Amino acid sequence: MSLQEHEIKHVKKIIGRKLTKTELEILAAEWSEHCSYKSSKIHLKMLPMTGKNVIVEKGYDSGVLDVGDGYVVTVHIESHNHPSAVEPFGGAGTGVGGVIRDILSAGTRPIAIFDGLRFGNIENDKHARWLFKNAVSGIANYGNCLGIPTIGGEVEFDDCYKNYALVDVAAIGFGKKTNLIKNHASVGDIVVLIGGSTGRDGIGGSQFASDSLETEDRSAIQIPDPFIEKLIIEAIIEARNEHCINAMKDLGGGGLSCAISETAESLGIGIELNVNDVHTRESGLFPHEIMISESQERMLVITNKKKLQKLKKICDKFRIRCSTIGHVTENKMMHVKDGQKTIAQLPAEFVARAPLLDRMKSKPKYLDHLKHEKKKKKILNYSDVILKLLSSPNIASKHWVFRQYDHEVGIRTVIKPGFDASVLRLDNDKFLSAKIDGNPKHCYIDPRNGAIGCFEEACRNIVCTGANPIGMVDHLQFGNPENPEIFWTFMESIEGLTEFAKFLRIPCVGGKVSFYNETPSGPIKPTPLIGVLGIMDEPLLPLPPTTGDYLVIIGETKNELGGSEYFEYIHKFIGGNCPIVNFKDSKINMLSVLSLIKNKLVKSVHDCSKGGFSIALSEISIFGKIGCDVNLDKIPTNDDIDYETLLFSESHSRYLLSVDKKNIEMLKQYLTKKKVQFGILGKFSGDQIKMRHNSKYISKYSVSIAQKKYFNALEDLLNHG
Amino acid sequence: MKVAVVVFPGSNCDRDMFHVLTDVFNFETQYFWHQDKLPNNIDAVILPGGFSYGDRLRAGVIAANSPIISSVKKLANSGTPILGVCNGFQILVESELLPGVLLKNTSLNFMCEWTNLIVNNNNTPFTNKLKVGQKIPIPIANGEGRYFADKKLLSELKNNNQIVFSYQNRVNGSTEQIAGICNKDGNVVGMMPHPERAAEAIINPVDYKPSSLIFESLLKTLGVKN
Repeated sequence: MSLQEHEIKHVKKIIGRKLTKTELEILAAEWSEHCSYKSSKIHLKMLPMTGKNVIVEKGYDSGVLDVGDGYVVTVHIESHNHPSAVEPFGGAGTGVGGVIRDILSAGTRPIAIFDGLRFGNIENDKHARWLFKNAVSGIANYGNCLGIPTIGGEVEFDDCYKNYALVDVAAIGFGKKTNLIKNHASVGDIVVLIGGSTGRDGIGGSQFASDSLETEDRSAIQIPDPFIEKLIIEAIIEARNEHCINAMKDLGGGGLSCAISETAESLGIGIELNVNDVHTRESGLFPHEIMISESQERMLVITNKKKLQKLKKICDKFRIRCSTIGHVTENKMMHVKDGQKTIAQLPAEFVARAPLLDRMKSKPKYLDHLKHEKKKKKILNYSDVILKLLSSPNIASKHWVFRQYDHEVGIRTVIKPGFDASVLRLDNDKFLSAKIDGNPKHCYIDPRNGAIGCFEEACRNIVCTGANPIGMVDHLQFGNPENPEIFWTFMESIEGLTEFAKFLRIPCVGGKVSFYNETPSGPIKPTPLIGVLGIMDEPLLPLPPTTGDYLVIIGETKNELGGSEYFEYIHKFIGGNCPIVNFKDSKINMLSVLSLIKNKLVKSVHDCSKGGFSIALSEISIFGKIGCDVNLDKIPTNDDIDYETLLFSESHSRYLLSVDKKNIEMLKQYLTKKKVQFGILGKFSGDQIKMRHNSKYISKYSVSIAQKKYFNALEDLLNHG
Repeated sequence: MKVAVVVFPGSNCDRDMFHVLTDVFNFETQYFWHQDKLPNNIDAVILPGGFSYGDRLRAGVIAANSPIISSVKKLANSGTPILGVCNGFQILVESELLPGVLLKNTSLNFMCEWTNLIVNNNNTPFTNKLKVGQKIPIPIANGEGRYFADKKLLSELKNNNQIVFSYQNRVNGSTEQIAGICNKDGNVVGMMPHPERAAEAIINPVDYKPSSLIFESLLKTLGVKN
């Protein structure tokens, strides 16, 4: 039970009577931070949410974007952090399931999954390794069975996630605009519950997720059954085609309580239901348990008497349960009965709209104590440092992870996972590019610029494939919002994201806020995660560089080593200057890269981010199986910086291009005309990656060694570490 | 010519297979639900990949007891070309239309990656346009894809030329790197890799033509028949 004092007062004022046990449980679930967004809702409004491609309908849990020719793309992002930190296999799996049903409830077929996974330091923490391995298996087990490709994501390790796990899942759906469910209901319509049976799993899950993680509350954790989910997807799509669905909502956090109250509220109707009609997994469930259970793989559907028989027949075909649990009423009340007895009767709007909070914020003291750059320990051999970074868990190839995910099913995957953004083909001969990005190391040092940086990085990745960003989703993850210092970091992030979204005119079409991500050892670093979608007529199918091709960098390298892998992994130093996006440069660079791709002047484009220039270059050589001879002095920079910074700074808005020598003059002319900062750094050839500074080679290593380090490091660590 | 794509609860490559058959190779294709009977005018049957019955008990074992399998068996005995891909292969093995067994990969994990197949037998309805020794770039995606045959079965497979495809490299620990086999008559073929994921240029990063030949072989087979 987690109703707070001001909420109890609010109840007294509006309802004016003592609440029943069931009513109290319903409110506790629905008014939890997880379901009600009570700390964040008043601030989320600042994000730009409309745009020419955005379709807004009542009661959608996912964002909808028009991609032309009568087709739409839907997108949503969620996390399942607390459950995954206790039971990673089930927690991560049900995390996938929940997002997929959000996509489905708009009437679109889910076509892709992305995961952002974050754990403690797996190099020395066995528990973190266990969480990581099992979360990956959980996602594989769930997504693969559904036949929805997991085509991208990120994996990151940081001490701030010790004894904890962030499991973020984003999903994309696709369908015809005419097949979107236009949620509506009339008095007398039938309310049915389709899918898995209701049991004692996930009781109080949303309250569990709305407090810091101190106990292993296993009963709050849901049990995954991807097979049932797969049957639900097919049954719902068939029912959609047969026009059996008037309105639909997935059952997620808060279970029936949330689905019923929110559906009634958004459609302006009342719903009367009887808990005795809900199909349950076990006998002896208390009515309030039925109302707040978060058992998985359930969908709430509103249909009418005429269509009910057809709907039941479809469910029978797929052998999934379909129970008529209630009907639509006029009085806008959420009315719950147990047989003949009324056990809860509250205005739906009252339940669905928790009293909102305007929390206090104050700038965290730690920011003043963050160390300025100090004299770093002397590096004797930069090749060794680069190779060490290439085999560090945050940078090394995540092949071990995405190999376990079916990323080909659906036969849409044009650009496979493992490089920049992934690309899917759509049925209207267009291509969709998608990427999620987070960077807690930057966000810890500077929550505002860190968040903007994540957003820009996701955009950059989309641009590298030749697509124009058309929409974003954000997932804002922080510690306890009651702590003003943590709330300040949340506000900084959302303000920064708003500013950049408005500047680039990219609408925010969905998102989620997750607070209370903390354990007794402390809160996580601010971890906003940004997903960006792009669309294009033709993707850049990257060609590996060949001998004589030029390496070109676009964008300025600045003195911004703060929060870099170089500082944190090599020097164990937290502090320094966080990279800051220059909005104007960001836009010019994006547009220029898109134009170069469109005019076929580049063979491949790679984003320069984690690990800095040296890592981005190594990745190109590793994938292209060719060496490169680079003059670092040609890297554009306005700061007076040493070559160490040129190698490892994680400044934004930078791209590495490989260019055929026949196109280099045209490229040069174009970039000069557009006043883009760029440098022609050298040529690809041989089997060594070589970097020069003041005519002296400061680093030289073979592509094959870099390959070995990059591809084997994570697997070796997991198998033998 | 009419090709049946059988759909079980949990099949998830049925739509991909249907797309490739109809949109890429112009087959007349029809879905059949696992509770249906297959009519006699069917010219070829494809069991697509997926997780029929969520892989409960063992991959393919519940689907192998579906009503439709008796008509698949009838058609198989009359010489109709039957292809099982991935979970479809597992179902063919579990229904004893093909010998042997499919075990968990030696990695003990699900594996989704591009591999190269080598054609061993081009005398089946699905390989007659390929050359023996030809390489096919193609993805696998399975957790239980390690084909196992004991010594006796292995020599039988070899004597009857029943090994249709093998992996170029050691991928999952299967016996003699076997990736696909056929029955003694050669009309029933099972393979773990997914030809429907490799037969279009835009999604095949290497070369889509070899995989296309699997479908073109079926076209040729049915063309001869008609």
